[in-house]
Amino acid sequence: MLRSKSNIRYQAIINIILLILTVIMIAPLVLLFMSSVTSESALVLYGYKFIPREFSLAAYQYIAKNGQTVLRAYGVTIFVTIVGTTCNLLLSSMTGYVLSIRKLPFRSAINFYVFFTMLFSGGLVPSYLMWTTMFHIKNTIYALILPNFMLSAMNVILVRTYYMTSIPEALYESAKIDGAGYLYIYRKIVLPMGKPILVVIGLFAGLAYWNDWTNGLYYISDTKLYSIQTLLNKMLQDIEALQANATAASSGAAASIPTVSIRMAIAVVALLPILCIYPFLQKYFAEGIAIGAVKG
Amino acid sequence: MQFRQYIPLYLMVLPGCIYFLINNYIPMTGIIVAFKKYTKSGGIYFSDWCGLDNFQYLFKTDAWLIIRNTLGYNIVFIILGLVVGVALAILITDVWSPKAKKLYQSAIMLPFLISMVIVSYIVFAFLSVENGLINNTLLASLGLDPVSWYSEAKYWPFILVIVHLWKNVGYGTLIYIAGITGIDPTYYEAAKLDGASRWQQIKSITLPGLTPSLITMTLLNIGRIFYSDFGLFYQVPQNSGMLYSTTQTIDTYVYRALISTGGIGRSAAAGFFQSIVGFVLVLTANLIVRKVSPDNAMF
Repeated sequence: MLRSKSNIRYQAIINIILLILTVIMIAPLVLLFMSSVTSESALVLYGYKFIPREFSLAAYQYIAKNGQTVLRAYGVTIFVTIVGTTCNLLLSSMTGYVLSIRKLPFRSAINFYVFFTMLFSGGLVPSYLMWTTMFHIKNTIYALILPNFMLSAMNVILVRTYYMTSIPEALYESAKIDGAGYLYIYRKIVLPMGKPILVVIGLFAGLAYWNDWTNGLYYISDTKLYSIQTLLNKMLQDIEALQANATAASSGAAASIPTVSIRMAIAVVALLPILCIYPFLQKYFAEGIAIGAVKG
Repeated sequence: MQFRQYIPLYLMVLPGCIYFLINNYIPMTGIIVAFKKYTKSGGIYFSDWCGLDNFQYLFKTDAWLIIRNTLGYNIVFIILGLVVGVALAILITDVWSPKAKKLYQSAIMLPFLISMVIVSYIVFAFLSVENGLINNTLLASLGLDPVSWYSEAKYWPFILVIVHLWKNVGYGTLIYIAGITGIDPTYYEAAKLDGASRWQQIKSITLPGLTPSLITMTLLNIGRIFYSDFGLFYQVPQNSGMLYSTTQTIDTYVYRALISTGGIGRSAAAGFFQSIVGFVLVLTANLIVRKVSPDNAMF
């Protein structure tokens, strides 16, 4: 591109616009963080601000000291995210692999069976009634793992397409001539070669589990099974949810909770892992959005 | 036998099929509950039929409001997402420095990864009546009275549109950036040799080049126009009853009716309506996509 004067001016203008945009995108997160490190009294007096009037880590200290509820919820979220994502990857790659075998009898029927779930949905009411009355998952850990997030037709299709386009059919043929069965081919050829697509799918499945608060809202009332997002959701309406595990003996402590800052501190803690991995995995996130891995 | 070699494959596909059966197909059959007077003992399949009672009740009361809100917000979201998304995509692809480009892309994508609960906390930091940035800093410095944001419905169309745009604009932008990168660069070089201005290049090369992905995105969004982002409309207004006139959509209505006593009937009716209309719209949208740009069609 020619670095003429007018071109340089154009560059300056678009960079200024985009820098302002960057600030707009990030500022709300900064406000969240700054609110969490402001002293309770300053918050009550002056409100949430970008520059804290009075710096304090009291909210974080409170979480570290009395935060059994928060730590437990964090543990639940980590467990659910790991188990859920693993199941999702297993199911997506197995189903996608089978549907990538062109010669498989009934392949198009199974394809349609998978695909139709993208077109029609029964909605919340029948799902809710089924999970609660047929499978009784209310207040069990399964409620946070099973409904909705374990497998999506979109992921199956992405995996299938990836396997079909990037693994040459000749490879299968030669493996079969050597006497390898389909299982062997899956383990030794397809899984290793298909890693890139599984990284992207795993990333978005993990994100979905980490961020999910809906299953907790529908199916969980037992405070022991709160995930971090469920806890945040309940705290929004009732700060005492934070103390749900504390016994009546310590109910006097409610008065000393830094209620205004602690909400923000817990939100920051819940957000932290995403912010930490984001710079390193940005490329995969972008790729996932571009191929449609998000639309679960 | 020839068939035997496929048995492991069927075993491998079985868990996924069972998952879809439970998570998707059984609930599909359950939509008949919209025509039933649901009782706990009867469940979905053995409760008594009640014809269209649930729908009559729904359409006499809340249907108009929730349909208006759902469609209204979605139309605004679709138009703004398109205009802002394309504008940003053009600006970002024009940036020379690869580092700056990456920074801008990362920044606009970041809100997309945040859960709606946390978004609602962030919005609360701005709008909280006692402690919010807007009441305490912005309005106070202008000498204006504080506003009770969470009890005044008239502000929420603006708030929700801003929040939605902030959270989701990166998604569309990224897709359009991919579209622009796919345009053959020789077109631009030829245009420059002919002395075309940047604006002329955008008008006659970039936008036509983007048209297939623009049409596809829009049609897919229209296919989902009867669905709303439950988190946006439930969490961000903090479930405030005073805001229902501008924040209640089909999805929040279905949930709220479901958990209220005796509300399963109207909840199921609203859900049934959404499922069926949604199905028809998705099919239609896809039919059109297949005509316009077959590569982007779902089937």
